[in-house]
Amino acid sequence: MSEPADTAPVDAAPDRVAGRMRRVRALIVKESRQIMRDPSSIALGIVMPVILILLFGYALSLDVRNAPIALVIEQPSAMATEIATGFRLSPYFEARTVTSMAEAETLMRAHEIDGIVHVRSDFARNVASGDASVQVLLHGTDANTARIIENYALGTIGLAAQRLSDEGNPVAGNGPVKIRSRIWYNESGNSQYFLVPGLIVLIMTLTGAFLTALVMAREWERGTLEAIFVTPVRANEILLGKIVPYFGLGMIGFALCVFAAEVLFRVPLRGSFAVLTGVSMLYMLVSVGFGLFISSVAKSQFVASQIALIASFLPAMLLSGFLFDIRSMPVALQIFTQILPARYFVTLLQTIFLAGDIWSVILPNTAVLALMAFVLFAATLRATRKKLA
Amino acid sequence: MDVARPAIEGSDIVKRFNRAGGELVTALDGVSLTVNHGGLAALVGPDGAGKTTLIRLMAGLLTPDEGSLSVLGIDIARDPQAVQDRIGYMPQKFGLYEDLSVQENLDLYADLHGVTAEERRKVYPQLMDMTALGPFAKRLAGRLSGGMKQKLGLACTLVRAPDLLLLDEPTVGVDPLSRRELWEIILHLVREQGLTVLVSTSYLDEAERCERAIVMHDGTVLAKGPPRSITEIAAGRAFLATPPEGQPARLLQARLLNDPGVTDAVPQGGRVRLVKASADGDGPDGVDVTAVEPRFEDGFMALLHEAADPGQTASLSLGRKERRRDGETVVEVSDLVRQFGPFTAVDHVSFAVKTGEIFGLLGPNGAGKTTTFRMLCGLLPASGGTLRVAGVDLRKARASARQRVGYVAQKFSLYGQLSVTQNLEFFAGAYGLSGRRRKERIAWAMEQFELAPLAKLPSGQLPGGYKQRLAMAAALLHEPEILFLDEPTSGADPLARREFWQRITALAEEGVTIIVTTHFMEEAEYCDRVIILDAGQVLARGTPAEIRGHAPDNEEREPTMEDAFIAIVEEARREHGRPGERSAA
Amino acid sequence: MRDSLLRIVSLVRKEVLALVRDPRSRVILFVPPLLQSMLFGYAATFDLNHAPYAIYDEDRSAASGDLVARLEGSGVFERVATIQRSSDIARLIDDRDALLVVHIGPDFARKLSAGQKTDIQVIADGRNSNTAGTAVAYVSAIVDGFNADWRAAHGMVDPPVTANVRAWYNGNLETSWNMIPGLIGTITMLQVLMLTALSVAREREDGTFDQLLVTPIRPAEIMLGKALPSTAIGLIQATIILLVAQLWFRIPFAGSLLTLYGGLIPFVIANVGIGLFISSLVANMQQAMLFSFVILMPFILLSGLATPVANMPDVFQWLTLIDPLRYALDITRRVYLEGATLGQLVGDLWPMILISAVTLPIAAWMFRNRLS
Repeated sequence: MSEPADTAPVDAAPDRVAGRMRRVRALIVKESRQIMRDPSSIALGIVMPVILILLFGYALSLDVRNAPIALVIEQPSAMATEIATGFRLSPYFEARTVTSMAEAETLMRAHEIDGIVHVRSDFARNVASGDASVQVLLHGTDANTARIIENYALGTIGLAAQRLSDEGNPVAGNGPVKIRSRIWYNESGNSQYFLVPGLIVLIMTLTGAFLTALVMAREWERGTLEAIFVTPVRANEILLGKIVPYFGLGMIGFALCVFAAEVLFRVPLRGSFAVLTGVSMLYMLVSVGFGLFISSVAKSQFVASQIALIASFLPAMLLSGFLFDIRSMPVALQIFTQILPARYFVTLLQTIFLAGDIWSVILPNTAVLALMAFVLFAATLRATRKKLA
Repeated sequence: MDVARPAIEGSDIVKRFNRAGGELVTALDGVSLTVNHGGLAALVGPDGAGKTTLIRLMAGLLTPDEGSLSVLGIDIARDPQAVQDRIGYMPQKFGLYEDLSVQENLDLYADLHGVTAEERRKVYPQLMDMTALGPFAKRLAGRLSGGMKQKLGLACTLVRAPDLLLLDEPTVGVDPLSRRELWEIILHLVREQGLTVLVSTSYLDEAERCERAIVMHDGTVLAKGPPRSITEIAAGRAFLATPPEGQPARLLQARLLNDPGVTDAVPQGGRVRLVKASADGDGPDGVDVTAVEPRFEDGFMALLHEAADPGQTASLSLGRKERRRDGETVVEVSDLVRQFGPFTAVDHVSFAVKTGEIFGLLGPNGAGKTTTFRMLCGLLPASGGTLRVAGVDLRKARASARQRVGYVAQKFSLYGQLSVTQNLEFFAGAYGLSGRRRKERIAWAMEQFELAPLAKLPSGQLPGGYKQRLAMAAALLHEPEILFLDEPTSGADPLARREFWQRITALAEEGVTIIVTTHFMEEAEYCDRVIILDAGQVLARGTPAEIRGHAPDNEEREPTMEDAFIAIVEEARREHGRPGERSAA
Repeated sequence: MRDSLLRIVSLVRKEVLALVRDPRSRVILFVPPLLQSMLFGYAATFDLNHAPYAIYDEDRSAASGDLVARLEGSGVFERVATIQRSSDIARLIDDRDALLVVHIGPDFARKLSAGQKTDIQVIADGRNSNTAGTAVAYVSAIVDGFNADWRAAHGMVDPPVTANVRAWYNGNLETSWNMIPGLIGTITMLQVLMLTALSVAREREDGTFDQLLVTPIRPAEIMLGKALPSTAIGLIQATIILLVAQLWFRIPFAGSLLTLYGGLIPFVIANVGIGLFISSLVANMQQAMLFSFVILMPFILLSGLATPVANMPDVFQWLTLIDPLRYALDITRRVYLEGATLGQLVGDLWPMILISAVTLPIAAWMFRNRLS
């Protein structure tokens, strides 16, 4: 084929690079303007992270405080009073005394209380014979709360018993073996410490996969790509024009989260900020890559958004270990989580925030994310052709 | 540049598509063509002929299944990017970024094409001047009128001078003024820069201006050559017939179309232009005819009639007993005003329409036609003035008052997933038809609009012409007294347009009042009375003959509706300054 | 009246046909609820199974062996390592190989035999402090069992007071019993709200909405025509999840179906109302999708699905008052697990009815009067 001679100098290498840069920059500028002008992009990219930060930081908590319980003490005694006082003074309970079991059960059925501590009339007599028991009834509907309450209740009763024995009563403790437990990285067991860093995963997945899939599918659906295709622009430049702005938007969400975590909620950052930023950038790439991949396969907004929700957002929320520990899941599901990028990112986030720069965790997880980014971009590039239909 | 080779060279191109049902559709069936460097070539043919598919193949957006196609000497299947680097392409629906401004859209394409700042300083003023978009540079593309969007699309395509320009129906939905301007731009480029242009169009007068015409039908090339060679087909067969005194030309035209000796008939300047089936055949009975020079459209219609089954002529009957009752005013608009913020879209418009009239609203893009329509139909509240449709303001009246009107929107707007039958059933229910009546009306619609063979197809997959028929059928199920049609023929091919107007003519005969907007000025000939709007104001009103009287004298030919329209709008704009500049300020 | 009914029937029929004819819509109706309920059902649990732990037994006595056997036999823990040096503890926890390290000191058996008290050390990975707390509690329960048996075997006195704990409604305190019935409301909301918001936005984008507005159909009829099919879809999806809960996860259903649906119907209608309200505000499908998502997230998070409403600060508890899911969760859980009757649920029912009563008329009014 005879190449036209007069176009050859235009295709010289430095010009080619300059042309590529100019085209990509133009696409980035265009996309950024669109983001700024569309209230729904801003809602998802900026407003949503702020709402989530407030909710996760202030509203959501797995830590039980002031659980309402009823105390039913059928016959007062020193021991019974000791137990009742224990519950009244505990920060975990909001104890109220009711006179009969019937009344307490009514309250429980209405779920006005989470539990009943019942001291029977023969309690004092049984204490003397060393065989007394306090009945604890729990409202089991919310099993997690119930279990926490159970532990607090056992502890409270145990302490009361111990105080009595310390005061010289001739009874042994509930030994002989006791547990000294230490919860590393989060001694006080503050659930914000893992919820707030986990938010970064949610927000990056939303802007990366969900929003990117949606806007790219919109271009296909509205036919805006048809004219763009018949220009010197390359398919990879079109992709790059999408990646950069949404990457930027995601990093704004990231910055908001880190700011909130450190300044508002005082979550410790034991690792280095640089490593945190680095792995977050990597995850953002994976996320945007996934969004682009979805839209290159499903070229309709509705289908793309549904796929993005089911394949990226829900897994990031449920299967990443952010809220529910992967180690509690059935083995099949645990194996399945191996293919989820969010899983590796959550591990990295929890480690970098709470444990520190532990390279034996950071390196393998980062490597997996890098591999995923590479595979996704390669697949997207293959699937994105400047062709219609 | 390799001048020796033609700009476009294709042989035996075949392209098939999978329709949603899994059915294989052959869009192009062995197309061969050559387009030489320099000059204009036109691609014409009815809807579904394969024009868009062919152009998309040339642009490298599709790959041919069989055959070869080279553009600018490059095999398009092998190296589409090399072609895309050098051509300009304007798709039928130019996907402008609606949330970017005019300038930003233009900048984007300039950047993508690598236009330097220096070149821009030269090209931008030219483009802005040619397209008259200058005053709107900061306006969001989504808020431009249809014609302005097309012009912006063309401007984006022309930011740099390509080696070859492919234009797919660039003037669809564009008013005559903008259409003329667009063509001036194109012709200028051809003349001054020696550009090669391939344009597909359903305006046959546009094809006449090109050096070459390629007529396509059903995925094949019917004829190619200079337009003159196609016009020749109708040599000695073109005539003008004068209707009886006091009768609209459309009635005579409808009669002539039903005559087996007549291939084609259209109203023209108060008379009817017809093409006889053969040059030596007898003229239609009882009609005085004068021979005229054939034009491209005559040859094109004759060619299509030979190639394709001419089909039945479209007729339409609501099956009502009553005939037209002249004189009663059914639609009355006075001092109608509509403002969008500081912008006045409709500015003290008044008119009245009588029973059984066909009333046309003409005007350039953005003149306020659609806004007026939406107010009449009760879709938009008026800012001022009064509206009476069948005695009530539809926005304020009880919902049942809408029983008396039918509305066909500009864009096909029925349920695409639902089948033809299901759409009709839905609208029957929406208009309160039930039981036997419902069955009768649906059967009527199926028969009158010849929809029965496609009854089960999802309406979204109907061919263009059938969509239009279905939309009409749905709007007529409840036998409305008044029918609103917003640019019903925009984007339709000449055959479909003839068919459509035949139906409208028949409806008006049965006493249905019809209010219609259109960009095709020759279609104003079908109307009893028209008003011409620009910048929200009425510039002229009257019968088609009265409107034609505004046209400047022309030595060569009889003035057309289009000449008159352009003269009226331009004069008004000279007096008031350009309307857009006021609104943009 | 007859005409009005006819129009509503036509609208409903059209909606149903559009859904049934589109294979994509069919998939979206049934697959996500099924998939999500399975996924959530397995994943959303705070209970531990096979939690990896490591043992550092410096004592290696019969007594310590007994304790370790109890840990292993619990089914909760699964040993991933046996530690020889205390320096290994940090590595195992840091690398997330073990959630827990149980450290038994060298004089464990000696102290026990001498009748002295002794202790074991439990180190948990607190990066997810909730899991860590649960794990420690499990160990604690196992050690309690060990203690009781040791005391009985060695004639020691039991503590004067023991606690006799019993949980109502969920005897084994399994979180899935709480979570999966909660999904009935959550997944239904996720789907119904988005589908409803989209359906009107799609009609606007396609221009069919204008076509509706020029027919004699009244806005209230459009509203009903959209609301009825959406409500039906919502109830079908709720039923799918209910079936998954009962047939797959085998969670016993304590209440009456009639009561459950009595609560679900106003809930679904409230969601339809919110969906239609969103759709009356937005310009296109993308906005419908994103805005409904932005509304859904806080609704789900504040509903009490994963974290109890009672744990939230007051301001947020007030916010939950406009969240229909909050009431739906209460209803589904109480009917499902506690067998509550409609009379007990009045407090949950009227807020949802109020939400519908506000959003639906506004949406209907906006259909025609929206600023364009």
